[in-house]
Amino acid sequence: MPTLKELVKRPERLTPGHRLCAGCGAPIAVRLILAAADKPVIASNATGCLEVATTIFPYTAWAIPWIHNAFENAAATISGVEAMYRAKKKRGEIQEDIYFIAFGGDGGTYDIGLQSLSGALERGHRFVYVCYNNEAYMNTGIQRSSATPLGAWTTTSPVGKAVPGKTQWRKNLTEIVAAHGIPYVAQAAPSNWRDLTTKAEKAFHTDGPAFINVLASCNRGWRHLPSETIQNMQLAVDCCIWPLYEIENGKYRLTYKPKEKKPVEEWLKTQGRFRHLFSPENRHLIDEFQKYVDQEWEKLLKKCEE
Amino acid sequence: MGKIMGMNGNAAVAYAMKQINPDVVAAYPITPQTDCVERFAEYVSEGLVDTEFVTVESEHSAMSACVGAAAAGGRVMTATSANGLALMWEIVYIAASMRLPIIMMVANRALSGNINIHCDHSDTMGARDAGWIQLFSENAQEAYDNMIQAVKIAEDMNVRLPVMVTQDGFIISHAMERIETLEDDEVKNFIGPYQPRYPLLDIEHPVTYGPLDLFDYYFEHKRSQIEAIENSPKIIEKVGEEFGKLSGRYYGLIEKYKLDDAELAVVALGSTCGTAKDTVDALREKGKKVGLLKIRCFRPFPKEAIIKALAPLKAVAVLDRSVSFGAFGGPVFTEIRSALYDAESKPLIMNFIYGLGGRDIFPADIEQAFLKAEEVAQKGRVEKHIDYLGLRE
Repeated sequence: MPTLKELVKRPERLTPGHRLCAGCGAPIAVRLILAAADKPVIASNATGCLEVATTIFPYTAWAIPWIHNAFENAAATISGVEAMYRAKKKRGEIQEDIYFIAFGGDGGTYDIGLQSLSGALERGHRFVYVCYNNEAYMNTGIQRSSATPLGAWTTTSPVGKAVPGKTQWRKNLTEIVAAHGIPYVAQAAPSNWRDLTTKAEKAFHTDGPAFINVLASCNRGWRHLPSETIQNMQLAVDCCIWPLYEIENGKYRLTYKPKEKKPVEEWLKTQGRFRHLFSPENRHLIDEFQKYVDQEWEKLLKKCEE
Repeated sequence: MGKIMGMNGNAAVAYAMKQINPDVVAAYPITPQTDCVERFAEYVSEGLVDTEFVTVESEHSAMSACVGAAAAGGRVMTATSANGLALMWEIVYIAASMRLPIIMMVANRALSGNINIHCDHSDTMGARDAGWIQLFSENAQEAYDNMIQAVKIAEDMNVRLPVMVTQDGFIISHAMERIETLEDDEVKNFIGPYQPRYPLLDIEHPVTYGPLDLFDYYFEHKRSQIEAIENSPKIIEKVGEEFGKLSGRYYGLIEKYKLDDAELAVVALGSTCGTAKDTVDALREKGKKVGLLKIRCFRPFPKEAIIKALAPLKAVAVLDRSVSFGAFGGPVFTEIRSALYDAESKPLIMNFIYGLGGRDIFPADIEQAFLKAEEVAQKGRVEKHIDYLGLRE
């Protein structure tokens, strides 16, 4: 793994001047991941914040070859690019080693793009898929996705007299991806940058599909201050809401264990989207949230043989 | 000179694909296209091509992977039918907008519902405004010939657009015919080497494909797409001429069959043109002045050639193998009637919808269309603009 000094010397592949919001978790995650690539990279990008905000024609913030096709097909698109690379390499028309990466938000990954992702993983293309997970459809204005946690307010799971925000748990996408039996799967967060870049480097070096689910908060949707992104991510990790782990060739490993497992309330109270949970009639939802997180954490510890 | 082979339309297209040896083929099986992709898979399996064959999980991903592969910088092909094309629809537009010279064979099939696996043109007609060039084939020979020409047309620097080559599902795709093939080397020399423009794989010169394109440039980009497709008729004709020199089979935008001295004509696309030619011959023997206008290239719509061919006639029956619900006639009729609006002399025009969901069309049906046209010509006016052939009523 390169040192921080080496990492900062690597070229900026997502350049300053993009139009993502101040405090957005996505570009932090993307820059850290791309910095971990020790060879040239070609990216595909699903429709979403990252895509629209970085490529407002005639400008582009990408210093690497980049393609956006549609919302649900970042994985299928990059598998086409990678197939062409293999064709050209086989014919001796290209020599250099190139990495392939696809970026999608949780909408383009957990929901509409799940089929395309599953197909590409099953076919075994050599590529890294990164889900920058901000837990809702943020580009269209904060609608719930299947990555949105229980109780969260969004514009399609609004808090009202009858319904207290989202009524379902999020889908466990990392496990769904792992069930494909691909060589490398990880969950990460930009707050733990060393952990993230190490996982990204492993993913790039994987001979086959690799997947990283990165929590990337959206202060507009989560309702926290733009300056609180990193602390917020760190709290998600320390409350064990977003455990950091990896699955290498089927073997689970916890890559970060909080010294002290914090109660989920500490994370929930940092965000306006959960404000209603703290009113007396909704307290039971916080308990449910805690119970779910505890169960999942225990299951994960067992898998990681911790 | 290549071999003479017995092949169905799917096999003929797969054989053309083998000779073209594209860099990447991404496809998903659907009846009646399946047979084509299966045959190509055998070529891959036997090592007769060195194509990367991407067996995707859906047509949506097939076209998505084709876009990725073509943007990466090489020859890319796929094939589909009916609902498969409908599932690709979103990406079919994107492929043309990115100016990627992808070639797609469409074995024409009715679009659900209800589900029906047999031929009509509602699938390709649904994609007619996507920005692709559309070449229709009368038989398996033309499907083979069109696939090879499509590569050269799509890749022309003045065009750089995707091309759809159609053949009627089952009627052509599954019927054995005598095919004259070219030698592998002849095909290779005809299409020449591929010259990528702004490929993603050129890592020294990074490009951004598919940016956010708002009201400040999107319109201009559409305009440049319009220009590209308007450039294509000349290229389609040029390639058809060159192909003729190579094979003895010449191609243009349209084909006129006994039309020069005709008073009445039918207009058709695809396999029905063969049936219509027989009907024309039979009626000519009876002394009727009849002819056929076959449209080979439906997109771009060759309006000048069609106006020129039809303007002198007394009456024309346009045969549509698809419906445009709620419109004034089928898609072919609508275009032709519109094209002739400003012509100094113009024929009386009527529309016959036929053959939906694979309903057979017989010479007697086409004869009936000619009889109606004759009747209209005698009366001097059209009373019923839209009618049906072979429909139980």
